[in-house]
Amino acid sequence: METILFYILSALIVIFSIASVSSRKILRAVTYLLFVLIAISGIYFLVDYSFLGAVQLTVYGGGVIVLIIFSVLLVHHIELELEVTPLKKKIIAGLISATGLGITLWAIYTFPFTNATTYKSIEVADIGRKLLGYGDGGFILPFEVISVLLLAVIIGAIVIAKGKKLNE
Amino acid sequence: MIEGISIYEILTLSSIVFFIGVYGFFTRENLITVLMSIELILNASAINFVIINTYLYPDFLQGAVFSIFIIAMAAAETALAIAIIINLYKLVASVEVKDTERLKY
Amino acid sequence: MDFSYTILIPLIPLALFVILGLFSKKIPASISGWMGSIGLGVTFVLSYYAAYQYYLNGKLNGVYQPFIYKYNWLNFTDKLHIDMGVLIDPISVMMLVVVSTISFMVNLYSIGYMKGDDGFTRFFAYLALFSFSMFGLVLSTNLFQIYIFWELVGASSFLLIGYYYTKPSAVSAAKKAFIVTRFADFGFLVGILIIGYYTGTWDFQELNNPEGSVITNWAATSFMGLSVITWALILIFMGGAGKSAMLPFHIWLPDAMEGPTPVSALIHAATMVVAGVYLVARLFPMYYFVEDGFALQVVAYVGAISSLFAAIIALTQNDIKRVLAFSTMSQIGYMMLALGVSGYHGHDGLGFMASMFHLFTHAMFKGLLFLAAGSVIHAIHSNYLQDMGGLRKYLPITHITFLIAALSISGVPLFAGFFSKDEILAAAYENNMLIYISSVFVAGLTAFYMFRLYFGIFWGKEKEYEHTPHESPMSMTIPMMFLAFMSIAGGYIHFSKYISPDHMPFEAHLNYYLAAIASTVGLIGIVLAFIFYKKENNLSERFSHAFGVFYKWTYNKFYFDEIYLFVTKKIIFGLVATPAAWFDKNVVDASMIGIGNVTESFSEKIKGMQSGKFQDYAMGFISGGVVIAIVVFYLWIN
Repeated sequence: METILFYILSALIVIFSIASVSSRKILRAVTYLLFVLIAISGIYFLVDYSFLGAVQLTVYGGGVIVLIIFSVLLVHHIELELEVTPLKKKIIAGLISATGLGITLWAIYTFPFTNATTYKSIEVADIGRKLLGYGDGGFILPFEVISVLLLAVIIGAIVIAKGKKLNE
Repeated sequence: MIEGISIYEILTLSSIVFFIGVYGFFTRENLITVLMSIELILNASAINFVIINTYLYPDFLQGAVFSIFIIAMAAAETALAIAIIINLYKLVASVEVKDTERLKY
Repeated sequence: MDFSYTILIPLIPLALFVILGLFSKKIPASISGWMGSIGLGVTFVLSYYAAYQYYLNGKLNGVYQPFIYKYNWLNFTDKLHIDMGVLIDPISVMMLVVVSTISFMVNLYSIGYMKGDDGFTRFFAYLALFSFSMFGLVLSTNLFQIYIFWELVGASSFLLIGYYYTKPSAVSAAKKAFIVTRFADFGFLVGILIIGYYTGTWDFQELNNPEGSVITNWAATSFMGLSVITWALILIFMGGAGKSAMLPFHIWLPDAMEGPTPVSALIHAATMVVAGVYLVARLFPMYYFVEDGFALQVVAYVGAISSLFAAIIALTQNDIKRVLAFSTMSQIGYMMLALGVSGYHGHDGLGFMASMFHLFTHAMFKGLLFLAAGSVIHAIHSNYLQDMGGLRKYLPITHITFLIAALSISGVPLFAGFFSKDEILAAAYENNMLIYISSVFVAGLTAFYMFRLYFGIFWGKEKEYEHTPHESPMSMTIPMMFLAFMSIAGGYIHFSKYISPDHMPFEAHLNYYLAAIASTVGLIGIVLAFIFYKKENNLSERFSHAFGVFYKWTYNKFYFDEIYLFVTKKIIFGLVATPAAWFDKNVVDASMIGIGNVTESFSEKIKGMQSGKFQDYAMGFISGGVVIAIVVFYLWIN
């Protein structure tokens, strides 16, 4: 059952991500991206990491996508078709990506991964303790740094987006 | 761990997504769509963190924690990038990549 | 006794230079001249006070004691170090008196002479700088300190000669003086370094101690048949010859007359040009004892030849300042030869004493001659003898003072020059007959050319002047009168009581027999000049025709300038510099320019890669990463 589910999800992810980077209608591209993100959260659920799956759904599916859609609406007509990329560029980019993919896959498949024998599902409580733990292996310091970063981003985004008036 | 699926399959999936993102980053002509390609790349790496954590070192939580960090960073980055794009739109009335060539030689 | 206040003597002019130099635009001309004069007046008083105190009380058991105030400035090794300080001994005090007198008088004189000049304040700043460096030179405690001030003197003389920097001839004269003396100073520097390397000290007290290790060990090292120390001394004398305009480095001195006349009086008559004499006198024990005085012989012959050579040239020159310049050279040759024939102990030190004595009197009467010449030039605006004549009615004070100075330099009895010249001749007579004869001959020539000038300027037919010449203002005549007084009174000082090589006073008496010969020769010179130049006649032309070629050679200063020009232009520039320049331009420069051109054209080709599109950059980045990954994996497999 899980195997089939994984393959379905994988197929969705690959198809929609290709669609997302090649669609000429920008709003559709955003929607495809949303599908991809949702499918990825499905993968998180499959590996019993439901907390991260939830975060993925809320932050990405809820936050980021909405942000992107808003910006699209601010700067585009909805019916606007994007410009066609020159074929030469597409071929070069495709070649580079394909080579990179090939070498990555080759590296992955030649590397002997030793799977762990035991299996433990990840509890939200564990993550919370880990994030806020200041003992051995605790992440309190990066956690704080991230929170400060988010604050800086909030302020910075406001300042940048506000910008200067053109007549100044 | 997903029954019947080894780590190789999942890593293959994430690699594919990553390079689709790279391809999009190269080819897209619009800044917002470029940003979307970056989201794909970030997600691919987040999958990798989680999968390697679960499959190889289930006793530790580092991968899980880092994927949370990645999502936080991605959200922050998107917000900033969109702020920049909107400001740019105010300045040059366009969000096309070809209009941002001011750094040319 | 405390002489530490003498440090003020150089520091006051330095302060003056800084103030006048920095605020030259702000300080009005009316104040700056008096500022300079008052400052130098203070040093004048201090120097005379120091001289009074030292010569009266400086003796211990009948020997003059040196007083040294110094601090350690730079350490090279444990032993070798450069000090900065003040050395008070008989000759430095004597030089203080000379330099401060002349500086003060020239400063006063310049107030009148430079009036209305654009760079009035600048001129006084330069004068102060020069006085500072000269005082520093005189008071130096070691060879390196003297070298530093030596170069400062050279630099300030460069500034003063080139004072009229809009005049091309002044600029080239300044350059010439600087380059020639610099070239000679190169020898000085090498000499200093040799001394430092072989003896391990630069301190005058250690170097000059007759029982010290430096002098007693001179034979320890040898190079090409001579002691290394002798070579060093000859090289040091080369520096001294450069500053003192001895043959063959004399060529800068006549050209240096392009500077304002007070500058010539200050630098080229009394102070800087005697620096070479002072340097030899300063190291006299070394010159005397090392290799039995070989280097001193060199000094004596260079001095004698220069004095004869310059006196002959002076006969034919028409620019009055140039005549005085060659006369200076000739008189400095006198001082050098006097040093060269001197001994060390007791009465043998007569030559040394006579040299210092002549330095003193010469400073007074030659300074006066220049100031008087300046007064004449100031009155009629020409340097040339043919534009002058019959000026005694218009310039009475100048006339009298010039006459006193001319009588003094000619060695007429009872004037200062008579006494000092007589001591020199006596010293030469006792030691070297050849030099004595040449010196007596030079004394006659000196009298002749000085009175040629005197009669040419003040007697003879009156020329047509643009406006009636008038006597110079008080600020110019007072210094002249003071120096005229010194040109007479200076001779009655008993120098042998104060100055001797071993710092022990001795008794020197006038040798009446020699004095009679010298003054007779001098008088003959004056009489000849009287016959030739008192009235307009063609005697002198007939004579110059009779001498023909010789006259022409003399008039052209024996073609020394031309020889130098030939050597520098044809040989150095033509044979060495031109190929070097060709190589530099076509090989060194060309390869560098070629590299530059290749880089530029290549960058022109590849600058399109800087497209400004971030996607292109990212593409480059990723493909680079992919290539590196491929290479790494490939190597990893194998």
